[in-house]
Amino acid sequence: MPEQLVFAMEVFLNGLMAGVLYALVALGFVLIYKASGIFNFAQGVMALFAAMTLVGIQKGQVPFSHLINAVLGTHIHHFGWHVHSLLAILLTVGVMIFLAWAVQKFVFRHLVGQEPIILFMATIGLAYFLEGFADLMWGSEIKTLDVCLTANACLPQGINLAIDEATYNWFGYGFFIDNLDITATIVAIILVSALVIFSQYTKQGRAMRAVADDHQAALSVGISLNFIWVLVWSVAGFVALVAGIMWGAKSGVQFSLSLIALKALPVLMLGGFTSIPGAIVGGLIIGVGEKMFEFLIGPMVGGATENWFAYVLALVFLVFRPQGLFGEKIIERV
Amino acid sequence: MFYREAGDFKTSYATDNQTFPIKFDRLGYFTVMAVAFLVIPFIINDYWANAIFLPFLIYAIAALGLNILVGYCGQVSLGTGGFMAVGAYACYKLMTSMPEVNIFFHVLISGGITGLVCVIFGLPSLRIKGFYLAVATLAAQFFLVWLFNRVPWFYNYSASGQINAPERTVFGIPVTGPNTEAWATYLFCLVFVVVSALIARNLTRGMAGRKWMAIRDMDIAAEIIGVNPLKAKISAFAVSGFFVGVSGALFFSVYLGAVEVGEAFGINKSFLVLFMIIIGGLGSIFGSFAGAAFLVLLPVVLKVVGVDWLGWPTDIVAHLQLVIVGGLIILFLILEPHGLAQLWRVTKQKLRLWPFPH
Repeated sequence: MPEQLVFAMEVFLNGLMAGVLYALVALGFVLIYKASGIFNFAQGVMALFAAMTLVGIQKGQVPFSHLINAVLGTHIHHFGWHVHSLLAILLTVGVMIFLAWAVQKFVFRHLVGQEPIILFMATIGLAYFLEGFADLMWGSEIKTLDVCLTANACLPQGINLAIDEATYNWFGYGFFIDNLDITATIVAIILVSALVIFSQYTKQGRAMRAVADDHQAALSVGISLNFIWVLVWSVAGFVALVAGIMWGAKSGVQFSLSLIALKALPVLMLGGFTSIPGAIVGGLIIGVGEKMFEFLIGPMVGGATENWFAYVLALVFLVFRPQGLFGEKIIERV
Repeated sequence: MFYREAGDFKTSYATDNQTFPIKFDRLGYFTVMAVAFLVIPFIINDYWANAIFLPFLIYAIAALGLNILVGYCGQVSLGTGGFMAVGAYACYKLMTSMPEVNIFFHVLISGGITGLVCVIFGLPSLRIKGFYLAVATLAAQFFLVWLFNRVPWFYNYSASGQINAPERTVFGIPVTGPNTEAWATYLFCLVFVVVSALIARNLTRGMAGRKWMAIRDMDIAAEIIGVNPLKAKISAFAVSGFFVGVSGALFFSVYLGAVEVGEAFGINKSFLVLFMIIIGGLGSIFGSFAGAAFLVLLPVVLKVVGVDWLGWPTDIVAHLQLVIVGGLIILFLILEPHGLAQLWRVTKQKLRLWPFPH
């Protein structure tokens, strides 16, 4: 088998794995958009916030310690204990639910009935707020994130030797595939199945779908919009936490995490804002597309094409199909 | 007491249609102009010019441009940083390849070039709307910054990848380069700001502006009553691009002098200008100025209060600034979606009756 083709296959596989991570972030967008019509720009920062909170709780950091030190002149920074990963994740979920409630109570309840674009800008404001808030709360230095069940059973990292060996036997060239990416894929599959089961078979999930379908009709059969919105933001917060863990373990918990999440936007545009399968397929297309483009065309034009390829692809695609791959057809009337 | 329409009689169409129909407003406007042109240049020093006046004037032009696109025509753009970079790099190429031409024309031509680029990226707006368009303009942001970073022709093959503004003069007085005086750079930018504001004001109350607003309010309805959406949207992108390009050119040549594209014109710049027009007021010329002033002053004030008075570390103040800006955006959208400009309008309405409310 020619060498270039083998390399291309490896790039393709890595693209698929990266795509899964994009899709994870995009999922959170779709959930909120479907239920409340809010295009939540802050989803990426929510992932950052969740990951920072998780690390902070794990390491027993004192929240706002920098601020307290600056105001009171003290020198506190850690409680001096370490929290078990599972407990820390549960606590972080609690924080995300609280965040969902606060966002609903203090922001979007006051913006009901505004134009979608105003809501969109409000979420940009929310993104800035959360980013500054997270930095104030936990400090802005780059943190490493390790999620461990016991001392030896952490999130696996590094090259997957089994795949390396198997492909070496087949092609004479070992593929480099990160263990973490494989884990992320499995987690993503579990998460999506859980979401599907939740929205198909539970009472709250059905109520959520009803709200997504028609606010007025949902209200008239006795569904509390407020509760559903808090629920949806909580679920999106949970998805953000999962995405934050995966991205954070991959490249450290730092500000650039929220920029990676920006890439979820073209994913959404490809897949359509209202479709969960669309988010996944869109994520895979973007992941594979940008890796292949960088591999094939990148060297010719100076590299680093990953910065913009996803956006341009989405732009070109949208010109031909404005509602995305799986989006609902847009019907315009006066 | 003073703010009255009573006794202010309009006897011709010209006086009826003027920008400031109330005498008090007119007086205020002329006072501001007189102070800006005749007082500030004599008392300005380097600190005030670089910390407050130059950024304020330059961002005001960018905000004007974006306000035309977002506030008047309703096409949300997140590509302002990229378009400012086009203005900056166009200006740099012109300055270095045609040194004999006056910098004044360089800045204007850079605006024109940016307008063209903006039109190209605006073309999809005919099919893509709302958020989809907002995300599509991100393509412009990331692609343009990448382009200026990777293609050496744009930075004249300099080793550092930076662009540096050479010294250029207007009437023999340097306005770019290392040997500038505060008052010269200030006046140079001020001229551009005043002319831009005049153009923007007159465009937005004329035929073009009304078409833009019709498209913003409901594009299908506008199309049915005979507004050509192609022309309206493209002209909004072109005009907006022109202003943003001028501001990018000034930002690079007069204000910074040396620019690294990813740092100076990143995505944060796009958001900054967008926040200016949200806080200032969407669809208002005064709002563009108010928003620019607000967001230029806020970090300065926070730094003076936080770092100099309270002695807090700079990073905490920087984070606090993010929280405050984000919080203010949300607060403004909830309480007053039309921004500072609307607050000003309400104040004026109150002033008309004050102090006798009946």
